[in-house]
Amino acid sequence: MDKALLETKGRIFNIQRFSIHDGPGIRTIVFLKGCPLRCRWCCNPESQEWKFEQMVTAGVTKTVGRDVTVGEILEEIKKDRVYYARSGGGGLTLSGGECLWQPEFSEALLRAAKEMGISTAIETTAYADIEVIRRLLKYTDTVLMDIKHVNGEKHKEFTTRDNDLILANARVIAREANELIIRTPVIPTFNDSDEEIRAIAEFAASLEGVREMHLLPYHRIGSDKYAGLGRVYGMAHIQPPPREQMERLLSIVRSTGLTGQIGG
Amino acid sequence: MKFYAEPIAKSPRIEKLVEALFEKMPQIEADRAVLLTESYKATEGEPIITRRAKAFKHILENIPITIRENELIVGAATKAPRGCQVFPEYSFEWLESEFDTVETRTADPFYISEETKQTLHEVYKYWKGKTTSELATSYMSDEAKLAMEHNIFTPGNYFYNGIGHLTVDYPKVLAVGYSGIIKEAKDALAALSQGDADFAKRSHFLSAVIMSCEAAINYAHRYAELAASMAKTTMDVRRRRELEDIASACRRVPEYGAQSFREACQSFWFVQMLLQIESSGHSISPGRFDQYMYPYYKRDLDAGKLSREEAQELMDCVWVKLNDLNKVRDAASAEGFAGYSLFQNLIAGGQDENGKDATNDLSFMSITATEHVFLPQPSFSVRVWNGTPHEFLIRAAELTRTGIGFPAYYNDEVIIPALQSRGLTLQDARDYNIIGCVEPQKSAKTDGWHDAAFFNMCRPLELVFSNGVDKGVQIGPRTGEVESMKSYGEFEDAYRAQMNYFIELLVNADNAIDVAHAERCPLPFQSSMVNDCIKRGKSLQEGGAIYNFTGPQGFGIANITDGIYAVKKLVFEDKKYTLGFFKEALDNNFGQDMDSAMAAKLTQQVAKSIVAAGKDLSADDIKTVYLTVKANKASEADRKKYAALLEDITSLEKFGNDEDEIDAFAREMAYTYTKPLEGYMNPRGGIFQAGLYPVSANVPLGAQTGATPDGRLAFTPIADGVSPAAGRDVKGPTAAANSVSRLDHYIASNGTLFNMKFHPSALEGRSGLESFVALVRGYFDQKGSHMQFNVVSRETLRDAQKHPEKYKSLVVRVAGYSALFTTLSKSLQEDIINRTEQQGF
Repeated sequence: MDKALLETKGRIFNIQRFSIHDGPGIRTIVFLKGCPLRCRWCCNPESQEWKFEQMVTAGVTKTVGRDVTVGEILEEIKKDRVYYARSGGGGLTLSGGECLWQPEFSEALLRAAKEMGISTAIETTAYADIEVIRRLLKYTDTVLMDIKHVNGEKHKEFTTRDNDLILANARVIAREANELIIRTPVIPTFNDSDEEIRAIAEFAASLEGVREMHLLPYHRIGSDKYAGLGRVYGMAHIQPPPREQMERLLSIVRSTGLTGQIGG
Repeated sequence: MKFYAEPIAKSPRIEKLVEALFEKMPQIEADRAVLLTESYKATEGEPIITRRAKAFKHILENIPITIRENELIVGAATKAPRGCQVFPEYSFEWLESEFDTVETRTADPFYISEETKQTLHEVYKYWKGKTTSELATSYMSDEAKLAMEHNIFTPGNYFYNGIGHLTVDYPKVLAVGYSGIIKEAKDALAALSQGDADFAKRSHFLSAVIMSCEAAINYAHRYAELAASMAKTTMDVRRRRELEDIASACRRVPEYGAQSFREACQSFWFVQMLLQIESSGHSISPGRFDQYMYPYYKRDLDAGKLSREEAQELMDCVWVKLNDLNKVRDAASAEGFAGYSLFQNLIAGGQDENGKDATNDLSFMSITATEHVFLPQPSFSVRVWNGTPHEFLIRAAELTRTGIGFPAYYNDEVIIPALQSRGLTLQDARDYNIIGCVEPQKSAKTDGWHDAAFFNMCRPLELVFSNGVDKGVQIGPRTGEVESMKSYGEFEDAYRAQMNYFIELLVNADNAIDVAHAERCPLPFQSSMVNDCIKRGKSLQEGGAIYNFTGPQGFGIANITDGIYAVKKLVFEDKKYTLGFFKEALDNNFGQDMDSAMAAKLTQQVAKSIVAAGKDLSADDIKTVYLTVKANKASEADRKKYAALLEDITSLEKFGNDEDEIDAFAREMAYTYTKPLEGYMNPRGGIFQAGLYPVSANVPLGAQTGATPDGRLAFTPIADGVSPAAGRDVKGPTAAANSVSRLDHYIASNGTLFNMKFHPSALEGRSGLESFVALVRGYFDQKGSHMQFNVVSRETLRDAQKHPEKYKSLVVRVAGYSALFTTLSKSLQEDIINRTEQQGF
């Protein structure tokens, strides 16, 4: 393999093996550091900043973030090859943070994985220049792309960015990606009404070749991390949507002709 | 081939049978012991094999028999459900000394009436000096006895009990009945010449086989009569018909070949139960039930004589009966085998002797029976190989998800070549089944002596630090003072020297016990169903089987790996500490307080001795004793130094995290046990082969082990099986599995045991099952041998909140995510616990 490829540097904050809900089969997720969005509900707040941070977990302060090379990460990814194969199309998923924020590193990592015959996926906001996205698509089997809201103002209010670029990119990705799955976090007070989910689902259904949409119910997995980072968690008062509501929203998704599911 | 994969509903009968089984605490019954003793008194001076057969016959002619309500398959070893008989010919003193505590002990209590105590007390007078246990003791070397006294290893199983641990020729009994076996023995007898050198022994053995098989036939006839008479008196028309069917089945089997699936079930059950009346061995394993029962099932099904529902109900009835058998063990062993388990291992799926996949309807229905009955017996296993149907594994995964802990998964791709390397033919190796916990053997041809001892690999490591001295006694070789060891090589050599010495003693102890069984308890009934006993005219205990092994198991791989690795790194590579300091820290338990359970136990002992000395003791006094015992005695300054060492040990890499260097080291460390052992022979002409698993003995035997250099504190549990030490594998299930797969599972041909913990949510939905199956397949692709899953309960999650250090690798599914439970916030943990409550876990 190309030496320059293996030496490409990037910044990550976690690697999680045996992940079974982020793309097909058993996967290893590499969490990249740095994100252009600041979603209020974000469950990985330590992913957002590019800079290294101190986070207190269970009373212990640890540095979040480390600089790595593609070669180092590849060693870790290779370890579960046998499980990728046995689970039918498992492999590597880049998550974050936002992998589009480190295009050289992401591209090199995806390419290296593909060269080794490992299947690849990215979880992304698609908030980037389309040419950047195209570089990654070449080496990506499955794109898991968030569409959080079709209303630009509300999108901006809750994520700090508007959605024009995201929606426009969605059309291109749908056309050019090997496979695109739309994912929507269902966040009470933001997008959990029947109408809002219907609007997102209808948009998703209008994308060329998109057949699948996942609804990810809001959860509080990251709430303690905000305190650990010395930040305030703005969604502390929010309860996860009840099961019945999720089922109803799922049926709305399905009414647009898409295959839907709750959770990844 | 199309499988009948759809599960069949449970019949109401099964619910009732299970309920009746658990109405009362199991009890100890004296009938067998009384009858055995009567017979032995009447046969003094006769050949031992004849005495055994006559005793078996006398027992079966007179032991009370009972048909329980709603039963379709009959034959009970005790009057009360889940009761147990006792076997004074093996040992009795422990039970007599535990008469007053056996009912109240925490592990596997049994009720014993005053009358039974009295009866057994009388019976036991005869047995003083006559047991296998006493003879074994006199055969053992003093060094071996000393090593046992100091808990280096414990051969408790066969030292106090029968051997068991085999799978007999069920298919033969099903096909030709005991009348067929009697004919074979008679023919062999007729072929002997009275002038043969071994005529005396052979002829008596064959006559004993004939007598034992006749006894079994007549015992079944007693049931036929009982059923017929019950049929006459019952007012319930439906039950009358059932009883008539029972009577007709018991008239036919096991005397003759079974003519139907129902008769095959009944015949199987008589074999299984009678084996456990003849001797007290456990792990008498039904083996490949789905294979040998299949022809009877298929024939009846094709002929329209049997529906699948009826077949399922009969299988469920057999499953219930397997739980009707029980065994009382001494208090210490009961802790090592907790859960009243008889380890009757029944295995489904796998290849046939020609290497074709053998999964059939009954393989699937075995899973369903286990779900229906939902009890500890049979120990249910499945065989997995590259050709195993995917749907079969998915169905097995569904069973795993229920949390019952079954099935255990076994890898044909490792076990078959491992058995071949021990001299089995390819065909025989392909037809293996599992005995007891994890031990593979070829049925009807093997006396495997699996489970022959627990060998605590941490204890020889302790002895390296003490130059072979334990509690002031020189029990091991003098391998030198650690303070003067100059290189890592010297240290490792010392460990190997201690290991080699105690392995030799372990062999000495096992072989002494082996000889004692051959002399005092040869088993003609068992031998009638294992090849080539009849042909050779020799009992199983004297070497009549085609394949003979002795398989004692070592445990503590993870602890010695992490420990010796820590010494290597911190003392010899980083030169941060001296071995002398290591020793001091170990002696002082790293400056930590004593394990609370151990402190409580010691307090109890102190309190007892004070009271025995006639002094009063208040609650406050006891508390003071407890706190004194528990508190670490080292000075504040020393405690700080030890704590620093402990921290350095903790931050080293550990076995179980998919790190090449330490995993390769673990492989080498396991060889310190497995390799020397295979050089030894047993008196039956077979070799020793190692297993690597502790059953549940890692907890009680850990309580006999001081602090170890891996940072494990004194008296706390030792790592379970070949699994990483609890809480030290932090990279999830695939990383742990990869590490464990780097051990040499082939050489541990007596079995390895890999336990993994999951939360049911991680197996949610079809995709959860798929990922789970892929995990098993992936581990097996890398040549792991065995895997079993503890799908944890709500209680366990509560415990994980309290002791996160023990559960670092526990995977749970969070909405749309899977995560390590202990890394989640308290509130989310609560969410998950509450959710599992709703799911009934």
